[in-house]
Order: sequence, then C-alpha cells, then structure tokens
Amino acid sequence: MLRRLPLLLVVGLVASLVLVGCSGTVSGTIVASGSTALQPLVQQAADKFMAKNPKARITVNGGGSGTGLSQVAQGQVNIGMSDIFAEEKEGIDASQLKDYKVAVVGFAIVVNPDVKVDNLTQEQVVGIFTGKIKNWSEVGGQDLPIVVINRPKSSGTRATFKKYALGGVEEAETAMTEDSSGQVKKIVSETPGAISYLALSYVDNSVKALKFDGNAPTVENITTGKYPIWSYEHLYTKGEPTGLTKAFIQYMLSQEVQNDLVTKLGYIPITSMKVTRNP
Amino acid sequence: MKRQRLSTKEAMARFLALCCVTVVIVATFSLLFFITRKGISTFTDFGVRLLEFLTGRVWRPDRLPEEGGPAIGVVPFLVGSFTVSGLAVLIAGPLGIATAIFMAEVSPVWGEKIMRPVVEILVGIPSVVYGWIGLSVLVPLVRQYLGGLGFSLLSAGLVLSVMILPTVTSLSCDALKSLPRDLKEAAYALGCTRWQVIRGVLVPAALPGILTGLILGMARAFGEALAVQMVIGNVYSMPRSLLSPGITLTTGLTMEMGNTIDGSLWNSALWSMALVLLLFSLGFIGLVRLVSRAGGYRT
Amino acid sequence: MGASGRSVRTGFKNKNRRKMQDQVATAAFWLASAIVTMILAFLVGYIALHGWRSVDIKFLTSPAKNLEGGGGIGPQIFDSFYLLFLSMTITVPLGLGAAVFLSEYAKPNRFTALIRLCTETLSSLPSIVVGLFGLLVFVTYTGFGYSLLAGALALTVLNLPVMVRVSEDALRSVPMDLREASLALGANLYQTIYRVVIPAALPRLVTGIILASGRVFGEAAALIYTAGMSSPPLNWANMNPFNYTSPLNPLRPGETLAVHIWKINSESLIPDVRRVADGSAFVLVLVVVLFNVVARWLQARIYRKMTGTRAVDLHAAS
Repeated sequence: MLRRLPLLLVVGLVASLVLVGCSGTVSGTIVASGSTALQPLVQQAADKFMAKNPKARITVNGGGSGTGLSQVAQGQVNIGMSDIFAEEKEGIDASQLKDYKVAVVGFAIVVNPDVKVDNLTQEQVVGIFTGKIKNWSEVGGQDLPIVVINRPKSSGTRATFKKYALGGVEEAETAMTEDSSGQVKKIVSETPGAISYLALSYVDNSVKALKFDGNAPTVENITTGKYPIWSYEHLYTKGEPTGLTKAFIQYMLSQEVQNDLVTKLGYIPITSMKVTRNP
Repeated sequence: MKRQRLSTKEAMARFLALCCVTVVIVATFSLLFFITRKGISTFTDFGVRLLEFLTGRVWRPDRLPEEGGPAIGVVPFLVGSFTVSGLAVLIAGPLGIATAIFMAEVSPVWGEKIMRPVVEILVGIPSVVYGWIGLSVLVPLVRQYLGGLGFSLLSAGLVLSVMILPTVTSLSCDALKSLPRDLKEAAYALGCTRWQVIRGVLVPAALPGILTGLILGMARAFGEALAVQMVIGNVYSMPRSLLSPGITLTTGLTMEMGNTIDGSLWNSALWSMALVLLLFSLGFIGLVRLVSRAGGYRT
Repeated sequence: MGASGRSVRTGFKNKNRRKMQDQVATAAFWLASAIVTMILAFLVGYIALHGWRSVDIKFLTSPAKNLEGGGGIGPQIFDSFYLLFLSMTITVPLGLGAAVFLSEYAKPNRFTALIRLCTETLSSLPSIVVGLFGLLVFVTYTGFGYSLLAGALALTVLNLPVMVRVSEDALRSVPMDLREASLALGANLYQTIYRVVIPAALPRLVTGIILASGRVFGEAAALIYTAGMSSPPLNWANMNPFNYTSPLNPLRPGETLAVHIWKINSESLIPDVRRVADGSAFVLVLVVVLFNVVARWLQARIYRKMTGTRAVDLHAAS
C-alpha cells in the first residue's frame, strides 16, 4: 500500500490539473488535428475566426492524416483533417465520420529546373516511377539519370498520386522518400535529374512543373477535370457537428474563406469544382 | 515529545525519497509495458509471424490481398540502423579515444582548458541542428565529391559520428583518469615511453570504460531519429553501398507513425518497430553491464 | 607540451625508434584533438555566421508566420524556456529525491539493483521511443492532447536518469567526514541530509542541472508527438495559467525552437525557411553555450569561495 501511495498522489495531482484546466475552457474550445498539408489553411482560417469571435478558441495541430482520423474517431479531437477519404485508410470506421470537403489540392509533377523536358505522358510517368525508365534521354530530355523522390507509403499524397497519375501501379522500391513537402522541394531543386510531385502551393521557381498528358497543372484544368492529379482536403467530425465545431466548418466553407484564404494558400476552392469524385 | 516529532520527520523524509525512486521504477516499467503491448499486437492480433517480421526484406503493409497480402519485413530498417551507427562508431571511435588520451595523458592542462568545454558544447548542440547542417553542408559535399545523391548512409554515419563523439570522448577520458597513478608511474619507472605506457598499460586497463563509451555511443546513434532522417534519403529497399540512400528504424517511425490509423496493421507494425528499437537499446545496456563486469584493471 | 619531463634512459639501439614512435603518437593525439576542436569551431562558426544575419530584435520577438516571409520565433523561444521550466520542476525534485535514496538510504540489495537497472534502461531509450510512449500515455490516455504538460512529462522521462546520476554524483562527492561530524553532533539522518549534505553538494547539483537543461532545451524527437508542432496565438496580458489563452497554460500545445526548425523544413510554406532555420539554430546553440559557460563559471566561483583556491590552478598543479 505504501508503495502505491505515490502513484495515487500523482494520479490525484494530474486529475486535479485536468479538472482545473477544463473548467476554464468548457465553452468554445475545439481542437483540430491531422494532415500537415491542410494545417496552414485551417490555422489561418482559425486565426481569422478567432479574431471575429474572441471567445472561441480553436487549436490546430498537425500529426498526419492518420493521427487526425484516429483521434477524431476516438473522440479526442473535434475535427480530423485528412488528405484522403476516410474510406481509403485501412482500419477506420468511416461510417461514423461525417465528411466535409473544404478544398481541393492539385499536385504537379516537378523536376529539377535543369531537366529539359516539359511534358510527360501517363505511360512515361508510370515508367519513371516503376523504375523502367532510368534516363531523361528516354523521354526526350538530355542524357541524365533520373532520380525519383517519392513519399512514404503511408502518405496521403502518395496514395493520390498512385491512384490518379500512375493508375494504381505499384512504384519501384528504389526511390528516395521524404514525408514533407518542404524537404521534397528542397531535394528536387538541388538534385540534378530529380523528379517528384508537390502540392501546387509548394511549387515555385526553384522547381519546374511539368505538363501531364499535355495538360498543365492549372486551376482551370483541374476544375474542369482535364488534369487528374488532385485530391480533396477533408475535415471530418464524429457524427453531426454542433456548436463551435459546426460554426467553424461553416466558416471554412463560406465565400470569405473559399475565395480568399483558400486561393491565397494555393488550394482550389471547393465551390469552383465542376467535377466531383467519390472514394 | 520532540524525539517523536523528529522520527516522524525522519520517516517522512525517507518516504519521500522512496516515492521518487518508485516513480522512476513505475516510469520504466510502464514504458516497457506499453510499448511491448502495442508492439506485440502485430503478432497476437494480426497473426504476423515473428520470423517473417524479422527476416522479411519487403515493407509493404498496404499490399493488396491478391498480390499476397501485407508484407512487413523489417530487415531494410535493421540494416540501415546498424550500418549508420556502426559507421558512426568506426569514425568517432578512434577520434574520440585519441582525444580522450590527449585530455587524460598528453596534455591535461589543454585538455581541461580547451577540450573539456569543446566536448561539453558538442554534447549540447541539438540533434536537429546537426541534421540541418548535415543537410545544408554535408549532403552537397558528398554529392559533389563522392558521387551519388548525397543523401546516403555515409552522410548519416558522418552526422552521427559527430553527435556521438562527445559520448565516446568523455567516457573514455573518465575511464583513463580514474586509473590509479601507481599504474603508469610503475610503467614509466621501467623506462617506457609515453606511447608505450598508453598502449601497453593505460588503454588495456581502461578498456572496459572505453568500450562502454563506444557502446553507449553506438546506442545513441542507433536511436537518433530526426538528424538521420534529414540526410539519409529514406529508401525502403536494401542499400547497395554506403553512397546509396537507406532507411533506419527511427526514420521509418518518424515518417509513417502520423499517417497511419491507430489500431491498424500498419500502425501495429510500426509499434513493433519501436519495440525492436527498445529491445536493441536494452541489448546495448546489457552489453555495457557485461563489459564492465568482465574486468579490466581492478585494485 | 610535447615530450613530458620524464626522460627515458635506456641505451639500446631501438631507443631512437621508440622515441620516434612516441613522437608520432603524441603528434597523432594532438591532431585528433585539433580535429575535434576544428569540427566544433566549424559548427559554431557556420551557425554563427549564417545565424547572425538572420537575428534581430524583431525576429526574436515576433510570432512565426505560416505563409508569408518575415516571421519570427518569439513564441517558440518562450515555449522552449517554459517547457524546460515545467519539465525541470518535475524532474529536479524527483531526481534529487531518488538520488538521496540511492546515496543515503539504499543498502546494497536487490531493490537498489532494480533502481539502477531502471535508470540505466531509461537512459538508454531513444528519444523517439520516449516520444511515442508520451503520445500513448500522456497525450492519449490522460486526455491532455498535444500539450506542454504532455511534452514536459515526456522530457521528464527522458531526463530523469540524467538527473538521478548527476545528483547522486554530487551527493556522493560530499566527504563522509561531514556526514559523520553532523551525526556525531546529534543530528539525525534527515537533518544531516537536508542541512549538511545537500547544501554541500549544491554547487555540483546546480552545475549538473544547468548542463542537463542544455540537453533538454534542444530536444525535438520526443516532442513532435507530445507537445505538438504549433503555437496557438497567445495573449501576453493574460498570466492566469488556468486560462486557455494564457502563455502559462500548461495544457495548450507549444512548439520549441528545435521542433520549429524541424517543422519549417518539412511543411512550411514560408519562402524564407533558410533564414528562420539559421536564426533558430543560432539562438539554440547560443543558449546551450550560455548554459555551459554559466555552469562552468558557477562551478569555478563556488569552488574558489569554498576552497580559497582556483579550480584550474589545482588541476594544473596535479
């Protein structure tokens, strides 16, 4: 008994801390977590929302789409941010989650600026990512080995790319992988012959975006369905949202966020999409 | 009356100290318990065979059933972890031991004035900073002069070698300094040169301490995550040379943990990787205990 | 320098060879130390050179930005120190208590062996494993969510073995005579410990705590899954730690400098990653070096006060 006492003390202390912590924040505090790709948008929107509603507190955390979906399903957070449909993640009961698509993110195939290729067909992209095409000369560029930089297997971005750019073909295992867009951009911009894919918001002149089957990764081509490599950004709630959660999601879908922040951060407003997709 | 109060205080003081110790023990065991419980669910709940996990060379937890179902082989990660930490020890070992000898034997004054602060500051530099400098300086250098992508096992090994240098140096130095003076004075009296004393007497006598430094250095390298992830390139297949990119247990964990759903096979497989990491760290500690028990110089 | 004062008087023909070997070896030891020093000089120089250009008052005080350039690292600096403080308020008493137990009460039995095994095990754990444990227990099971408290607890697990070792060393370095004198004067054990041993060990304790703080300050891997990777907007006028917008609230998420370097390299859209990372690295290293200098200064000063000699002189004389 004596040895258990300290544990009890600690538990008691911790419990009282939690109670005290919660009592100050009962009304108007929600937490969102998940996709690091969506985090900047939700954070910015939350900052604006809080400026308008001083009593509301919205905390936005990263952690990855998997974490976000797990946590929202377990009721630990109010909103789970995800890059892909919950149905596409193994191990989650998607039926209890409500899906709000808040934006569309387009992905560009990017190469090192020195690569002398402007367009790749789907067949060529598949060849490159499966390791069958190893040199830029095989697709009309200069004699330079191709360096493929992929995302980790669990990444939602990779899942999107595999589904819509590679037609579901399994990639070669020899590619380097980086989890984060920042790293991918840095590596592509510095490594001769490198190829990867990046969300449009990350594309700047340090990398070169290619056309895919003759279509450039532009907003117009994506909204009209000509350019296929894009995905929704989702906010998930467990069941029907209420109170602040509901208000915030409505704010995310409002013209104010859609026409301003969403575009400014390089996403495509969900309202402008002329095509739709299902999981 | 006063006597009574004092002994109550005495008991309280002892009890408080005991509480602190209990917290240490509880923390250790709960950590072992939770990681183990999460880690073995791959085998108990999903029926993956242990042998398949430990010897499999393919990591495809998402493989479709028609292609043979999920494959979770941890070998590429193990190979990566051991290669980079081994490389780090190979580089930091000689350099660190030589520096320790310098500090303990060749020039204690300079050792105390310059080398000790140097070593202490090296310990203090955060691993993220090592990774950042590795990424901005080392990777381009390796790419330019040695070929390949720059992102490689070699780059990771080099970054880690600098990180573990202080561990190796300070532990070796402590071991050398704790040797009794008679030992070396006897050797000098026999007419040995300093090099002979160092090689023939001091280093053998301090060997357990030096080996401890090397093992703990390796353990630190084995467990480092962020600095390695920034420079190793993270490739899921088996590395072919030191210049090819690789992946380690820690980098696999950092990259994938957040993307997987709690309780799925993929997630469990990652926890199993964390368990493997934990078991290896325990192995390193066991090794240290063995070494220090095995001997060296005793009075 | 070079060959020591001890001359070797042996008249054999390999004398020259031995002398040569000795000189070569000596040169090698000097070289090794020079290389290590140069590595540090390069690291510090590189960070200082690149960091210096990025750091100004505005950078140090303004909040980070998600999108545009020109963000600062003010909240990150605050969070780093606050997290260190939170973690140390848990770690120091615990570590000191455990050290008191080990050095003053413990008998060489199985229980003591178990404690030692536990501290050794804890100290060998990779920080990423501690971070994942923190995610499991402090973030999920306790329901704290990503929070400074969860981060501080994870840091405690990471730092506790170091603290125990440092404190135990400090306590054991107090001469036995002091304890015996105190006991002989009729003080009981706890009086001896709290009035004699701990005060006498204080200089070494403080030094140890500061050095351990330096290591905690730069930790990132254990924090990405516990303290979170974002700093919510803070209201500096609100110093009530129980209020959610207060910077002092331990249940809000927070991002330390080390985590910030990691994050902006991964997912940030800001165009000046290089500048912010350089600046953050500079501040991090500066603080660590500062901790080190303070610890050494304190040690030397207290040493001088207590012994009337200079610590360095003593070493030189030996």
